[in-house]
Amino acid sequence: MSDPAPSTIDRPGQVASATPPAPGRSRRLSDRGLAVAFISPALLLLLAMSVFPLLWALYLSFTDYSATRGGPANFVGFGNYTAILTSAQVHLRALTTVIYVVGAVGLQTVLGFTIAYLISRRTHGRGLLTTLFLVPMMLSPVVVGLFWRFMLDAQFGVVNSMLGSLGLGQVEWLTRQRTALISLIVVDTWQWTPFIMLIALAGLTAVPKYLYEAASIDRASEWFRFRTITLPLVWPLLLIAVLFRAIEAFRLFDLVYILTSGGPGVSTETLSFHVYKVAFLGFNTGTASAYGILMVLVVIVLTQLYLRYLNKLKED
Amino acid sequence: MAVSVNEAVSPGPVRDHPPPARRRSGRGRTVLEVALLTVLAVVMLFPVLWMIETSIKENRDVYAVPAKFFDFKVTLDHYRDVFVASGGGRSTLSVSFLNSVIVAGVSTVLATVLGVPAAWAYSRFAVRAKKDQLFFILSTRFMPPVVVVIPIFLMYRQVGLIDNALGLILIYTAFNVPFTIWMMKGFVDEVPAEYEDAAMLDGYTRLQAFRKFTLPLLVPGIAATAVFALIFSWNEFVFAIFLTSSDDVRTAPPAIAGLIGGTTVDWGLVAASSVVFALPVLVFAYLVRKHLVAGVTLGAVRR
Repeated sequence: MSDPAPSTIDRPGQVASATPPAPGRSRRLSDRGLAVAFISPALLLLLAMSVFPLLWALYLSFTDYSATRGGPANFVGFGNYTAILTSAQVHLRALTTVIYVVGAVGLQTVLGFTIAYLISRRTHGRGLLTTLFLVPMMLSPVVVGLFWRFMLDAQFGVVNSMLGSLGLGQVEWLTRQRTALISLIVVDTWQWTPFIMLIALAGLTAVPKYLYEAASIDRASEWFRFRTITLPLVWPLLLIAVLFRAIEAFRLFDLVYILTSGGPGVSTETLSFHVYKVAFLGFNTGTASAYGILMVLVVIVLTQLYLRYLNKLKED
Repeated sequence: MAVSVNEAVSPGPVRDHPPPARRRSGRGRTVLEVALLTVLAVVMLFPVLWMIETSIKENRDVYAVPAKFFDFKVTLDHYRDVFVASGGGRSTLSVSFLNSVIVAGVSTVLATVLGVPAAWAYSRFAVRAKKDQLFFILSTRFMPPVVVVIPIFLMYRQVGLIDNALGLILIYTAFNVPFTIWMMKGFVDEVPAEYEDAAMLDGYTRLQAFRKFTLPLLVPGIAATAVFALIFSWNEFVFAIFLTSSDDVRTAPPAIAGLIGGTTVDWGLVAASSVVFALPVLVFAYLVRKHLVAGVTLGAVRR
């Protein structure tokens, strides 16, 4: 008798106190459920297709596994890593990669910014000009590589043909040690200058007009205006574009593969092309994995830098 | 005093003289700038024009030395060769184009289906360590494909996905999901959350509010994002060349690259197939030109 009574008193009490927050509470719960249900499929896919393979590569990097020989993988500790880090071959590829990345991204930045600046000063035909300049960027590296290979051909390439009609000598663009790397830089610059241009143009058009007006009232020289207004306001965005391009250039593979296949000799072998050779021509999967993990570390550092600047830009 | 009087008086006559002078030097500068822009535009566009020209030249003229710029015979033979095999029937290139359409199309649909809801959830809900999660998602997109392909190759060999369209579709989806999430999050952020709140006051559940009110507003954004994903998958080469080998499965980029494998290269055919391959990309890119900045920076930079 005493038991049911409290329960009947209890229940209304519970309901009374529970009912008002109930919709809110259940909605918040379902919000969380919804968030999990909506986000987890995408995250699971990334875990399966990006994180798991990298973890597997991390495991293989400590073994002497070979994809063709098969058989069990023997644990070799940091052997692969020390072999790569002390290898003169790898040092040479690292140097090639640095020359290529700095050369190509540097050229793209200067050219891209120049074009953007020139376009931003025009009042007519801006849209058309921008569209035309952007064409190379949208092409597949395969198409770009093939076509430049044709144009730079020593015998019937159009570039040498034009040089010839100007009375200049023929250049073996892709078959000489020194010119091959230059050609690679030129082709990459041709394709990606529009990228820097696009971002720089976005920055330039966002500079408020009144700043220039104020400066011209003060009779500031053009150079002074450029240095104190244009550059500081465009610089953060330009830096993002440069970092982005640097990451892309560092991991570039397809253009090298099509244009020169790393040759002549090893003059255009970048790190990512060398990894490919170790993994798919040498079949030293363990070594290639360690090599790949080291490259991933470099990319992670660059990406962190990129994301940090991006974050700063967004908060301003 | 004298100085200030001078200054006060001088603008009259001074204004008469310098402006024309300035305008003249300004015009000279404008001419110079336009000339410079024209030269740069010609340099940037010449390879594209040369590619189109080569694709309609007769073979004899393709290899002419010195190069023929204008007086060549026009032919559409190379374009016919892209689609029709020499003995009649479908060419291997046309099969690879079809494969590209399927792989790029399906992976884009999958990336959109996975990415759009995730982007909405990231935009609307307080997810734990949201910023870190989003940064992690984007950084998976920056991994060097040549490195990722090594373990993927071993993985696919285990489960029989080598030389299989499904394998390519899966990796392209994984490769496009980070982009879709970042790009779409920007679009979702632009739709006020108050619309959903208002709908929920009217008795809709959160999910219904998303479906009935937010989703229709996102359609243009979804279309733009999907177009970019389509372009990325369409142009992709590294995974395609390592994970597929047979003519039945191969997509267009490795198939076109394969044209230069032999001892003699039919550059006219290479040019024609490149044009056929690049044309849809340029058309699509033109359609989404408003979102190009966000698109090419993987949704990271927005204007």
